Amino acid sequence: MSGACYFPNTAADRKAMLEAIGAYRFEDLLEDIPEVLRIKGGLDLKPALSEYEARKLLGRLAGLNASAEAYACFMGAGSYDHYVPSIVSEIASRPEFYTAYTPYQAEISQGTLQSIYEFQSMMARLTGMEISNASLYDGATAMAEAVLMALGMSRKSKVVASGCMNPMRLGVINTYLEGGTAEVVMTGREEGVTRPEDIASLVDEDTGCVIVESPNFFGLAEDLEAIGAAVKDKNVLFIVSVDPTSLGILAPPSAFGADIAVGEGQSLGNPMNYGGPNLGFIATTRKHMRKLPGRIVGKTVDADGNPCFCLTLQTREQHIRRERATSNICTNQALNALSATVYLSWLGEQGLRELGETCLSLAAYAARELKALGIMPRFAGPFFKEFAVDLGVDAETFVEDALEHGILAGVPLGRFYPDLKNCLLVAFTEKRTRAEIDILVSLIAGAGGGGAKA
Amino acid sequence: MNIGTTMLDKSERGKRAFTLPRPDVEKVDPASVFASGLIREGPVGLPEVSEPEIARHFVNLSVLNHHVDRDFYPLGSCTMKYNPKVGGHVSALPGFSGLHPMVPDSAAQGALAVMYEVGRALCEITGMDDITVAPAAGAHGELTGMLMVRAYHAAQGKQRKKVLIPDSAHGTNPASVAVAGYESVEVPSGPDGRIEPGALKEFLGDDVAAIMITNPNTLGLFETHIREVTDLVHESGGLVYMDGANMNALLGISRPGDFGVDIVHLNLHKTFSTPHGGGGPGSGPVAVKRHLIPFLPVPYICKQDGAYRRSWEHGKSIGRIHTFYGNFAVMVRAYCYIIMMGPDGIRRVAEDSLINANYLLARVKDRLDVPYGEKCKHEFVASGKKFLARGVRTNDIAKRLMDYGFHPPTVYFPLIVEEALMIEPTETESRATLDSFAEALIKISEEIESDPELVKGAPHNTPVRRVDEAGAARSLDVAQ
Amino acid sequence: MQVPEELHYTKDHEWLRVEGDTAVVGITDYAQSQLGDIVYVELPQVGDEVAASKPFGTVEAVKAVSDIISPVSGEVTEVNDDIAAAPEKIKESPYGDGWLIKIKMSDAGEVDALLKAADYKGIIA
Repeated sequence: MSGACYFPNTAADRKAMLEAIGAYRFEDLLEDIPEVLRIKGGLDLKPALSEYEARKLLGRLAGLNASAEAYACFMGAGSYDHYVPSIVSEIASRPEFYTAYTPYQAEISQGTLQSIYEFQSMMARLTGMEISNASLYDGATAMAEAVLMALGMSRKSKVVASGCMNPMRLGVINTYLEGGTAEVVMTGREEGVTRPEDIASLVDEDTGCVIVESPNFFGLAEDLEAIGAAVKDKNVLFIVSVDPTSLGILAPPSAFGADIAVGEGQSLGNPMNYGGPNLGFIATTRKHMRKLPGRIVGKTVDADGNPCFCLTLQTREQHIRRERATSNICTNQALNALSATVYLSWLGEQGLRELGETCLSLAAYAARELKALGIMPRFAGPFFKEFAVDLGVDAETFVEDALEHGILAGVPLGRFYPDLKNCLLVAFTEKRTRAEIDILVSLIAGAGGGGAKA
Repeated sequence: MNIGTTMLDKSERGKRAFTLPRPDVEKVDPASVFASGLIREGPVGLPEVSEPEIARHFVNLSVLNHHVDRDFYPLGSCTMKYNPKVGGHVSALPGFSGLHPMVPDSAAQGALAVMYEVGRALCEITGMDDITVAPAAGAHGELTGMLMVRAYHAAQGKQRKKVLIPDSAHGTNPASVAVAGYESVEVPSGPDGRIEPGALKEFLGDDVAAIMITNPNTLGLFETHIREVTDLVHESGGLVYMDGANMNALLGISRPGDFGVDIVHLNLHKTFSTPHGGGGPGSGPVAVKRHLIPFLPVPYICKQDGAYRRSWEHGKSIGRIHTFYGNFAVMVRAYCYIIMMGPDGIRRVAEDSLINANYLLARVKDRLDVPYGEKCKHEFVASGKKFLARGVRTNDIAKRLMDYGFHPPTVYFPLIVEEALMIEPTETESRATLDSFAEALIKISEEIESDPELVKGAPHNTPVRRVDEAGAARSLDVAQ
Repeated sequence: MQVPEELHYTKDHEWLRVEGDTAVVGITDYAQSQLGDIVYVELPQVGDEVAASKPFGTVEAVKAVSDIISPVSGEVTEVNDDIAAAPEKIKESPYGDGWLIKIKMSDAGEVDALLKAADYKGIIA
């Protein structure tokens, strides 16, 4: 019989077991399935492949893709080509971690539990908040959960959001809100940054929360001091979404009075993986702790008084609270959180700062080189590792052509904003070299020169 | 290993593990770019340790875990089957792992092929017409499905308020229904543990948007009257959503699409062998019948003229439910599994899981009560109620099983069985393992008679003794 | 199982003691024994309105949550602040230091609809 790889029981076992069950044939075990509902004939799937053939097929498919292995990747927009250290993939590949189940039975899950506790600790420190959960699916759903959390706490139905946030994440927030009556109103994005007075003018007595992202979708740092002050003035919950790789050099959400900090942790030791699995994180103050969605690990002692860990505050979760749970989430992104924990241990205090400075310096170099050729960033303002540039020609075509030069040039913005179809979002991680950037710059210069000349 | 000693505890100023490229460009001072109020003041508070110390730390943590490669996990509803090692190799291929999600379609044909083809295979397995692979987990799939139900009824011009859910349902079911803005109404299971069409009629009406079923149900029983149930729901204008967590029992035997299901989610990290990862990542694709296709989330993965592409213009889509396309690396593993199993292997998964579950049931039924029948599908639910007389609860039995080297079954679920133990062996367990497990349960039932304190004080042989969960909930030490 | 004679009870396991036009409310010894270790209690604030047969808070054990149903309608005049820091008081003294809230009753007649000690004992038997 083909496809017989993962079945320990032999035909002899099967026979003996059926006897022990008291069944004459296997079909006796299907008695409660009406005949008419049983499949006649087999499934219409291709015949089984051997392991070698399967690897060969998938290898061929993998080879069809323009990955960062073979191309210099300047694409960002929420997924970044950062280096994943060997120690991270090594630890995450240990079967003790990846074949383990959710740590509901604490006594035999201390490895998973402590590593999550360490993840929570590091994320809380990164964001300046007091408590982090054990992960959510991605940055977008983390934002959506934060919005639902804030709306639930405030019992209001309006969300004021920055129009400069990642539109894919905004899309997810809107989808999550379809089950209720809440509405999202957005500030403009003409300048590529959010004007604090625009936020202030939109907040009214129906507003449950304000949400902004910094660095924003266009790579620019928002004026969180002014926005935070405006929000505080209105006494509304403040959600800030951040790029964790920026937090070695940029002040964390807590510095601006954020009630909830969220973001995408893919950059922390997780490959791009064509968009998933990612790592959503959410952190808040102890005051709001009981409204957090998802799993939380706590430190405690065992019957002998020795330190250990367990899942805690489970009464918030679906398996206990059911329809009144703070969220429906069950399975999260635990292994990705483990990778982030190992990564942050590897990077450490100094490394995070140096990573930030490196990305900043590379992006600044690219901008300077473009400026020298008369091409300015599309939006003025301080940027971290990413910015938008107007190519003067259709960005999608430009990106397709750039492939021939071994470059993944950037993310065309026309997909999201038709008025920006000549604009390209270019990102710079520590993997990019001066030589690669020089090629990108010359390609951009050769494309038509850009619509925002000096 | 000193449990509780963290990387932060081992940190010492001046230690480092990282190496970063030093690019040949001018180093820019953040203070020259950003306003002073945006610059981080003070340390972040991350550890400073060397790589050898990191390796030891996490390796020593890892060995504290029970895991599938170590021993049995008879967790009902979780399908803790073996995770094929080839899955790790193929998902880590640089052409997949190093691929940015926004590359042009022409440069991602291999990745798009995996998503599309695994989707087609899952449609064939479930008897459905189309699918989204974007949901990142089962619960995410449930929410996606419920939002599609919402969109469907809106398009009919009439929003409905309620979703029916059997009292044996998994907690994510009512939770997802609530997030989708519906009121969940609990439908009691009949005396044989199944939904009774006659009783169901009382609940149906034109304010019921859908019923959310699990088949086989959480008692491990096939819903024999499922066709009647789905017909009744359709007659009243509602839709049928199926939680596909228990698909392991149906593979190659029966298909949701053939018994009237309109929407079904699958758990790749259960049925399709992808690893649990200590709690994730999973993947929860949602397959639908034709009339629900317009509402699938975007981007929609399709194939035109031999080329695969992403489409953002899709019917009356509910919108985006994930930043990108879901947990792609998980789909690679599942696809590899499916192409290696082939139709015969897929069918054998169901056959061997049924045989294993029924065999285990036969071996333990004299010691444990199994309230709902002598035969089951891929899992069965036992009750530890009779041991309460000796002062021993199911929780104690679970802890004592750890001393025998096993992970306990799912406990206290479903809610309709008192002191429940839900046992699902899966097809990747050998008869010898099942015998060992049965023997352990039998021994424990004897210990309950002769030495209940031993069981109540369990576990004794694990890295830590019984954990004070109440203390954790009171002290709430959740970050260092 | 303590069931003081002089108190009133609900089928949802709350108790009530009348003090003039004020009702003192808590959960019964039976309720706390069913829950196990209580780790957290969510209570309303002074000034909140409560309604008979409607929940006004929750009491949490490690793996269970129960609504606390108000026996009568009225306005919350006092909340037992000690409970937040010491939820174990409910176990130690469910009818004494473990009291939860005091309600200024809007309709004292509602007390008549509650169960007497003997009837409540019948329910929990």
